[in-house]
Amino acid sequence: MTQTGEFASLKFSDTPEGARAEIQGRWVIAGLAEADTALRQWRPSGKPAVALDLAALERLDTAGAWVLHRTRKTLRAEGLQVEYINVQPDHTALLARVEANDAPGSVEPRQSNIVVVVLAEIGETMADAVNEARALLGFLGLLMATLGRTIANPRRLRGTPLVYHLEAVGFNAVPIVALISFLIGVVLAYQGATQLRQFGAEIFTVELVAISVLREIGILLTAIIIAGRSGSAFTAQIGSMKLNEEIDAMRTLALDPMEMLVLPRVLALIIALPMLGFIADIMGLLGGAVMCWVVLDITPALYLQRLNEWVPLAHFWVGMIKAPFFALMIGLVGCFEGLQVKGSAESVGQLTTKAVVESIFMVIVVDAIFSIYFAVIGF
Amino acid sequence: MSPQQEREPIISIRGLKTAFGATVIHDELDLDIYRGEVLGIVGGSGTGKSVLLRTIIGLNHQKKGTIKVFDKDLDALESAERRAIERRWGVLFQNGALFSSLTVAQNIEVPMREHLALPKALMDEIAAMKIAMVGLPPDAGTKYPSELSGGMRKRAGLARALALDPEIVFLDEPTAGLDPIGASAFDALIKELQQALGLTVFLVTHDLDTLHAICDRIAVLAEKHVIVTGDMGQMLSFDHPWVQEYFHGPRGRAALQAKEQ
Repeated sequence: MTQTGEFASLKFSDTPEGARAEIQGRWVIAGLAEADTALRQWRPSGKPAVALDLAALERLDTAGAWVLHRTRKTLRAEGLQVEYINVQPDHTALLARVEANDAPGSVEPRQSNIVVVVLAEIGETMADAVNEARALLGFLGLLMATLGRTIANPRRLRGTPLVYHLEAVGFNAVPIVALISFLIGVVLAYQGATQLRQFGAEIFTVELVAISVLREIGILLTAIIIAGRSGSAFTAQIGSMKLNEEIDAMRTLALDPMEMLVLPRVLALIIALPMLGFIADIMGLLGGAVMCWVVLDITPALYLQRLNEWVPLAHFWVGMIKAPFFALMIGLVGCFEGLQVKGSAESVGQLTTKAVVESIFMVIVVDAIFSIYFAVIGF
Repeated sequence: MSPQQEREPIISIRGLKTAFGATVIHDELDLDIYRGEVLGIVGGSGTGKSVLLRTIIGLNHQKKGTIKVFDKDLDALESAERRAIERRWGVLFQNGALFSSLTVAQNIEVPMREHLALPKALMDEIAAMKIAMVGLPPDAGTKYPSELSGGMRKRAGLARALALDPEIVFLDEPTAGLDPIGASAFDALIKELQQALGLTVFLVTHDLDTLHAICDRIAVLAEKHVIVTGDMGQMLSFDHPWVQEYFHGPRGRAALQAKEQ
């Protein structure tokens, strides 16, 4: 090796006393790679006395000192007598410091057998799911108890946060809910018209749009939007309050977080979601009407007339009656996950994701239960 | 210590002005930091100690003034040159700022892996050595930051700051949030490493014990600029209400007594 300047260099030679490595140049971390490899491969032959000559060393940092120290250590372990020679006074302290801090260490986290890890993870996930379901049920009970107390003593209800959350989850969500349900109405009508035209049954597009929007899509879509929009917000808000020890502070001031934080949010959702669902129904029907007019030449007057004659109001009520239950699920899961936050901001992110996924799942489970129920009672 | 004129300033700040919107934080601020010294920056809350640190290391941009590090104006540099300079300093943030998805040892290897082409085995050895050097137990290397206590996180952060053997180390409130024993141990560690590795240390602190224990020189930030720099003796005799209150207040006296014992 002959480079100088930025790089560490060294020269091997054999002297009458034994093998010798002349350490030259700048032994700093940036230019060590080649010198390190060369020293790792160095197997001095001849006499057991080996010397590392530091006379021509220009600069040394901890990394360079480490490489020298390690070389000396490995060669000594092989039974050679290795010494530094011509050490400059500037470098003694550094060499000693590095030698004192020679400690074994590893970098990657410890890993166990992959089969064990997979099995353990499956078990852990199942156990977590059961525990979580139980805890969520407990939380529902707690919420109901709080609600009961509040109904018995309505002055306990926090008016200002309730109105604030009504605005945040209800009023502010109107544009997005309206736009999306309008577009879904358009899509349904268009798809329905294309398919039904094959049988000459275009006129049933009106029923198709109206029944699917009123019974299922209007409210389900709204619930999913709100789960993404407000369920996540609940988790993040309550979660960051938990991190900031605000929840603990409330408890020490004899304030009930259920009453202060959870109830206003859940109630606001229960009030707002039916209203949003109603707007979604209207906008979905409107989207269907526009598309029927454009594609099928069904005038708005005819559309309305057909709605009146052939779509019973029951479909609307089937949709509406589900809204508060969806709202309860979203609010419950959102607040519950928020209260599970601990440790770091990372956990807020994880639990927010979890809250959204879980609340959408719960909403669809509840929807399925309602579908079966309505089918059985023939509603 | 030799007179200031004979020493080589490693960082030199002239006429610095920083502001957030209409709020001016520093105005006409001059400061020199000399090679091999430990400079402590003190000042009341909100006087912009951390902002000054962040401005020097380039996380915050000044409105006016020049900052020269290693005799080069940081704002006049090409980005490659600037990166080369950035490799010559290390920063310890208040809470360590370790990457939470990496183990401690991996955290220490990040700067080496990104900036240098070193064999993996050598990086692992250097990481293990730095872990020992900052006084962490060997098994700390495989732990994630969330598994460490506050003091250990700071030590790990220091190890990462030292990964590339920097010439300057910036420390933002290194002892804040540590218990007195942990804080003294951290002070001792900084002093020890500073002497062994020949570091220049720029230290933002509130901790009077730290100032007594390890700082060669102290700079006081007040009224938007550095009102005085000097050693502890000069601080104690400097006639300014805030400086008097700070160094002669009950905590200042306690720290002074502790030092004298």
